[in-house]
Amino acid sequence: MAQTKYKTEPIEGYLHVAPEVRVEGDITVINSNAVYYKELNEVIREVVAGGAKHLRIENVNGQRYIGTGLAGKDVKIEVHGTAGNDMTMFMDGPTIEVFGNAQDGVGNTMNAGRVIVHGDAGDVLGYGMRGGRVYIKGDVGYRVGIHMKAYESLVPIMVVGGKARDFFGEYMAGGMLVLLGMNTQFAEQPLVGSFLGSGMHGGTIYIRGTVESWQCGKEVGIAEANEADMAELTPVLADYCEAQGMDLEEVLAEPFIKLTPFSHRPYGKLYAPM
Amino acid sequence: MTTRPRYREESSFKIHGGCGLMGICDESGELMSGEDAILAMAVQHDRGNGLGGGFAGYGIYPEFADHFCFHMMYHDLRAKEETEAYFDQHFLLDLAEPMPTRPVKGITDAPLLWRYFMQPYPNKLEESEMSGEDYVVRAVMSINASIDGAFVASSGKNMGAFKGVGYPEEIGHYFRLEEYEGHTWTGHNRFPTNTPGWWGGAHPFALLDWTIVHNGEISSYGINSRYLEQFGYKCTLGTDTEVAAYLFDLLLRRHKLPLSLACKALASPLWDEIDRMPKDEQDVMRSLRAVYGPGMLNGPFAIVLGFNGGMVALNDRIKLRPLVAARKGTKIMVASEESAIRAVMAEPDLVWTPKAGEPVIARVKGMDWPIHGDLHLPPSEISCAVTGTEQSCDSVEVNA
Repeated sequence: MAQTKYKTEPIEGYLHVAPEVRVEGDITVINSNAVYYKELNEVIREVVAGGAKHLRIENVNGQRYIGTGLAGKDVKIEVHGTAGNDMTMFMDGPTIEVFGNAQDGVGNTMNAGRVIVHGDAGDVLGYGMRGGRVYIKGDVGYRVGIHMKAYESLVPIMVVGGKARDFFGEYMAGGMLVLLGMNTQFAEQPLVGSFLGSGMHGGTIYIRGTVESWQCGKEVGIAEANEADMAELTPVLADYCEAQGMDLEEVLAEPFIKLTPFSHRPYGKLYAPM
Repeated sequence: MTTRPRYREESSFKIHGGCGLMGICDESGELMSGEDAILAMAVQHDRGNGLGGGFAGYGIYPEFADHFCFHMMYHDLRAKEETEAYFDQHFLLDLAEPMPTRPVKGITDAPLLWRYFMQPYPNKLEESEMSGEDYVVRAVMSINASIDGAFVASSGKNMGAFKGVGYPEEIGHYFRLEEYEGHTWTGHNRFPTNTPGWWGGAHPFALLDWTIVHNGEISSYGINSRYLEQFGYKCTLGTDTEVAAYLFDLLLRRHKLPLSLACKALASPLWDEIDRMPKDEQDVMRSLRAVYGPGMLNGPFAIVLGFNGGMVALNDRIKLRPLVAARKGTKIMVASEESAIRAVMAEPDLVWTPKAGEPVIARVKGMDWPIHGDLHLPPSEISCAVTGTEQSCDSVEVNA
C-alpha cells in the first residue's frame, strides 16, 4: 500500500489518484493498487460506458462499492484481491468474479447479475437482494441472505459452499438460499449457527446435511428435500459447480433438507387483529 | 458533570454517525514500529469521521520497564500544576517530559500532552496497604474525577496510549509513532455516535496497562458504571467504552477470573444456549450471569483488549460489529476489515472471522501472562475460579 511522503505527511491508506488503465487484448485492466474507491469506481463506470465488456481489476484491497449500481448484462469484471464492503450493491446485470475474499455486504439490494467469489465472504451478504445470483466458494459470516425477496420472475439465488454463522436467511421473504458446508476452514464447527431463518416468511433454504430444530427460527418448517425440490435445486447446483470448479456428483452425494416458512405473513395480525 | 465545566464545554459537539479498529501482536515478542498500526487504520479511514483516532503500544519504554508511565492530557497549565502536585505527593518521579509530537495538518486544539515515569513512594504505598496497581488505579480515578481539565490517557508499565481528535493516521503521525517499537499495537478510528468527539474521549481507553479499542455502543453503560462505582471506579470520560476497560481490570486483575470466563461474563451466552449446555457448565454460566449481571456488556461491540503479555479481541454474542482475524507466522492480527490486515500482512497463513462471543487471543512468548488461569479452562476448573477456590481445584465439586 501507499507509504509515500511518510516522514513529512501521514501514511495514507488510499491515494486520491486515478488508477492506471491498460488494454490487454479484449480485457481492460485497471490497477487499483492503493487507489481510493471513489476514483476507482469512477474509472470502472467510465470504461464500461465506453463499451468495455471485460474488465480486470488488479490489486484490490478493501475498496468499497465495486460494481455498485452498474448495469449491463454482458459486462464481466474480474476482481483480484480482497473486495471491499457493499460490492455489487444495486447491481443490475454484470458478472463479477472475485479471486480472493469479499468483505461485508456483498449483493446488498442487488437486482440482477452474477457474483462469484472464489474465497470466503463476510457478514450481511445479499441484504434485501431481489434478483441475480451470488456464489460463494467458502465460509460466510452472520446475517447472510437477510431479507432476500422475490417478485414474479425476479428470484435471487445465493449458494454458499462453506459454513454460515447465526441469522442465516433472517427475515427471508423470497428467493433461494443454499448452504453446502463443504469448503470450510471450520471443520469442527456446526454447519450453520442459530436463529436460522428467524422471521422467515417466504423463499426456500436448502441445506446439505441436517440442522437441529433449536437452531431454527420458530417460523421455519424443516423437511427432507423431495424429488421436486431436487429438480429445482440440481440445475442451480450444476451452475454453481461449474462456476466454482466443483464436482456436482460429490455435492449431490449427501441428502439435502429444505426449510420453508409456515406462513408468509407470520405477524400480519400483530397490530390489527382480525 | 456540573463539577467539571471543561468537560461540559467539550460535550456541546455532537455529530452522529461506525468505528474501525485493529490489533497486532507478535507472539515471539519481536518488536515492530507503530507504522503498521497506522497503515492498518489508514486503510480503514472511512470508518471514522476525524473526531477521534488513537493507538496503544506495548513494550515501547524498555528503559523504564518498571515504572508506571502516565500519559497526561491537560486543558491548561493550572490543571498541569495541580496534577503535578498530586504526583509529587504520591509518586517518586524519574522523568517528566512533554510528549514528542510534530505539527500535523488537521490536528488542532491539542491539549498539553505530557508523560511521567514514576513509581509509588514506598512509604506511601505501605501506608495505603494497597498493591502498586491499586495505588495507581486510585490515582487515576482521583485525577480524572477531581482535577478539572486533567485526564489520564494511560497509566501502565512499558506501554502507552496515544490518542486525540483527528483521523488515526494523523494522530499516529502527530505522536511520531514510527519512532516507537512494540510487540503489540492496537488502533482505533472513531465515529462518535452517543458522546462527544474530544481528546479524552478518543480510544484507546486505558487503566494500568489494560487498553480497549471499541467499535459499537455499550447500551448497558449506565448499569455498568453504577456497578463499577461500587468497586471504586469512576467513569468520568464521557464515553461508553470506558466501562469496558475498568470491567476487564475488575474481572481479570482484581477478581482473577480466567480470561475465558471473563469473556463469558461480558459477552454472556444467551439463556437458551445455556439451557443446552452440559449440567456443570450450565451451573457455572448461571452463577456467572447472576454474579456479574450488572457487568455484562449489552449492545453491539467489537473490542480489542491490549495488555503487557498480549491482546484479546472479542465480539458481542450476536456479532453486531465486524471483526476479522489473521495469523502469519508468529503474528496475530485483528481488524474491522480484512483489507486492513492485508495492507500490513502480505499473504497471511490464515484469515478467519471469529465467532461471536469467542475471544481471539494473542500471547507474547516469555512474558508473564497477567491473567489468572490458562487460556481455556474446562468447566470444572472454571467453577473453582468462580467460587474462589482455585487452590484445590482438582477436588472441588461444582456448587456455584
